[in-house]
Amino acid sequence: MAQSTREIKRRIRGINNIKQITNAMELVASARLKRARDRLEKTRPYYNAIYENIREVLGELGSINHPYLKPREIKRSLYIVIAADRGLAGGFNSNVNRLAEREMKYIKDRVKVIAVGTKARDYFRLRGYDIMAEFIGITEDPSFKDAKNIGTLALEAYEKGEIDEVKLVYTRFISVISQQPDILRLLPGDSLKADEEKAKRAIIEFEPSLDDVLNYLIPKYIQSVIYGALVESSASQQGARRTAMENATDNAEEMIDELLLTYNRVRQAAITTEITEIVSGAEALR
Amino acid sequence: MGFKLEIVTPERVFFSDEVDMVILRGIDGDFAILKNRAPIITPLATGKIRIKKDGVERVASISEGYVSVTREKTTVITDSAEWPEEIDVERAKESKERAERRLSQREGIDILRAEASLRRAINRLEVAKLIKNNKENINH
Repeated sequence: MAQSTREIKRRIRGINNIKQITNAMELVASARLKRARDRLEKTRPYYNAIYENIREVLGELGSINHPYLKPREIKRSLYIVIAADRGLAGGFNSNVNRLAEREMKYIKDRVKVIAVGTKARDYFRLRGYDIMAEFIGITEDPSFKDAKNIGTLALEAYEKGEIDEVKLVYTRFISVISQQPDILRLLPGDSLKADEEKAKRAIIEFEPSLDDVLNYLIPKYIQSVIYGALVESSASQQGARRTAMENATDNAEEMIDELLLTYNRVRQAAITTEITEIVSGAEALR
Repeated sequence: MGFKLEIVTPERVFFSDEVDMVILRGIDGDFAILKNRAPIITPLATGKIRIKKDGVERVASISEGYVSVTREKTTVITDSAEWPEEIDVERAKESKERAERRLSQREGIDILRAEASLRRAINRLEVAKLIKNNKENINH
């Protein structure tokens, strides 16, 4: 028994302090997770409505000839990477950053990055990527305005031909305990399929013209997808942080239990030694 | 019976109910939608939306968006929508002043954006003034 009882007691106290902090962080993350999930639910109808309308329009259009939808020869890519502003969220940040880098490292000199969250910015800046823009401090409470700004930046660069495709890297919220990083191609939107069945059923008027409506709808669609990804990532972030902090609290508890056991054993050994000493001392005097 | 109207923003489903008529501001001026209108999709300008049901009219402010009419329902999709009582008048006043200041300088700014922001602020202030009218309508 190398440790003294006092030393063990000090460690128990220290771990107990850490436990209180991780426990508090878990509670905070739970509350934020609930808010983020509410928001996720509320934004779905918006996204669905736009998605449905755009498919109707494309169904009417027949052949797709819009510059945002036409496939292009891909020379330069833009990656929008959504991570978090803070750590202590388990593998959340490294998972999403690594997934993005896995694709990007082969074409490093032909890639631009829009980094959302300090953790994404620091990761890609450190590795020498060309960071076109950064959005800091919005990952926990994203607003539609943020999505609009990101979308406008991406669309402008795409229109000017500075980039030939736009990919979005975010974390999908599957459940409270499960989040999955994912890559989605925003532009060119050749994956957007026409809803021909619906278009045939009703003849839709487009005011002032089909092209004008499409010019309006596609940027809105892009913005709504980015907003959806921001909101999903914020829910995922809180979910990951909650799980990480829950595990940390459990681990601290386990360590305290173990240390208490050692503490008692050491204490008992000390008492036994003392008794033996007293008894043998008394024996010697007789 | 009227028809189903839904107003959807990124933050929430703002309105969802049966109505008799809705008056919207299109990019070429105001127009009304009644029951059984032929399907249409058209962009909307920043402005008021007037919803009529059982002789009562409610007004809300919306920023730019578009409307989609199908046989099942009419959907207004917009960046933001507020009832008069929800509007933060102080904030709207501030952003009106900010936009005016920017426009008067006219240098190194995005004029289109400042103008759009000014339009939104003025529209919010106009709609906020309607609080009384709305209440009177409801009381009748």
